[in-house]
Amino acid sequence: MKPINCVIEGVRSEAPLIRTFRLEKNLDPAPGQYVMIWIRGVDEVPMSFSGPDTITVQSVGEATSALFGLGAGSTVGLRGPLGNGFVLQGKRILLIGGGVGTAPLAFLGEQAKEAGCEVASLLGFRSKDDLIFQDRFESLGETIITTDDGSLGIHGRAAAGLKELNLYDWDQIYLCGPEMMMWDIISRTREHAQKTQACINRYFKCAAGICGSCCLDPDGIRVCVEGPVIMADRLLESEFGRYRRGPTGGKGPCRG
Amino acid sequence: MPSLSVHAGGLELSNPILLAAGILGTTGASLCRAAKAGAGGVVTKSLGSLPREGHPGPTIVQVECGLLNAMGLPNPSYKDFQDEIDKARACGVPVIASIFGSFAAEFSQIARSLKADAFELNLSCPHAEKYGSELGRYPDLVESVTGAVKASSNVPVWVKLTPNTADIVELGLAAQRGGADGVVAINTLKAMAIDIETGYPILGNRFGGLSGPAIKPVAVRCVYELASRLEIPVIGVGGIAAWEDAIEMIMAGATAVQVGTALQRGYGVFEEITTGIARYLERKSLTLEELRGLAGRRGS
Repeated sequence: MKPINCVIEGVRSEAPLIRTFRLEKNLDPAPGQYVMIWIRGVDEVPMSFSGPDTITVQSVGEATSALFGLGAGSTVGLRGPLGNGFVLQGKRILLIGGGVGTAPLAFLGEQAKEAGCEVASLLGFRSKDDLIFQDRFESLGETIITTDDGSLGIHGRAAAGLKELNLYDWDQIYLCGPEMMMWDIISRTREHAQKTQACINRYFKCAAGICGSCCLDPDGIRVCVEGPVIMADRLLESEFGRYRRGPTGGKGPCRG
Repeated sequence: MPSLSVHAGGLELSNPILLAAGILGTTGASLCRAAKAGAGGVVTKSLGSLPREGHPGPTIVQVECGLLNAMGLPNPSYKDFQDEIDKARACGVPVIASIFGSFAAEFSQIARSLKADAFELNLSCPHAEKYGSELGRYPDLVESVTGAVKASSNVPVWVKLTPNTADIVELGLAAQRGGADGVVAINTLKAMAIDIETGYPILGNRFGGLSGPAIKPVAVRCVYELASRLEIPVIGVGGIAAWEDAIEMIMAGATAVQVGTALQRGYGVFEEITTGIARYLERKSLTLEELRGLAGRRGS
């Protein structure tokens, strides 16, 4: 489809470099799905939904800082919702998120709670100033927070909070955050990989499953259309957590 | 089942349906997946001498009758790609490396350095400054680039032609004079789309190339003209989405057919098309060879 025009109805600051943009259009996304946001004259980039009509964005580069220059009443182009989102499984679900990656999990948790699920969350942030959506997660159920600098909750990365939880208690685990944080969780909880849905990130160009820039070694999974939510057992023996391809298609290190 | 194997431009193919350049060709794994899904051969993403990030987004726009793209030749450079080709070659079908440059010596340097089953010279990308159709619309450059690569390589060389020209046969004849083992026609048609809400051209690069169903009749005409004038085989590409399209392209004179935009439906297209062709040949009691160029033999 061509990009559809969409008015930004409101902008809210969540943390120093994180803002939520409320869109005029409700595209009826599933949590974990994404939308290609065209900042006209700049670039088109993928963004996860943090609610039915919101995206929550961390400013990391040219396109996102251009987006931060847009206020209520500005317009963007949208393609989406795209990809396969999280699938709700079971009655007791655990959300594990890091940084801005907690955004689609808050959205998922709210839908799950509505559907009658028990929800708990383990959330990692750099420091207490970077915390987002604390209220949203706390209203869903038990919430464990970790900070890298120890300024709030457990001192350490998200995986440091695993000792507070018995993963066998949970029917399904939902994971989203920086790649090394997710890899840290997946590689420490291998026996639960078959019930862990991970929302991952690769370099998307076409977002239509044909250009090949987001393909994951060794099976060539097209993350833009077959993901971005992928079962963790498929990630264990993949490039995930080891390397990732950038805009040229060349391999580089994973971040975060 | 009738045999689908063909000898096309110096390659032995188990079937004539190939993955086109620029489609799912960035990694060995994605090329391998196409091979395992039934492609008779696969063409890599175009490789140049330096890493390129490509154009800013949007890089594609879906239009009513096809797809517009301006990826901008993103690639990690040929120096960082042999490993991906090797992975793909382990999957049992010929791997054709698509290469681009802005002058003959740049092409031949890449061809000398890469190991692949064949090369496809990208003299036809319509949206990258100093590359592709900016060289490929001049018959003398097509001839000299082809000649230079032939002289520095001992595998088959195919030349992918641009339809953005008054006479594609001139370009095909130039490739043939340069010693090409085959020509591939057509690359995308130069095109654009504008956002009527704001007036912005939608593609980050403003211009791009149109592919998909809209260009199939143009591609069929180009293949027909080329096949009737050239001695070397023609590989047909442009808007092939179903087995009927492939049959039409073969009747126009194509020895093999490449599929690109239709991969939007997934890797299953290879099996759909090859099965459809086999059933058709069986029903008509025809061979691929009898089918090839049938339209030209029907007279005018």
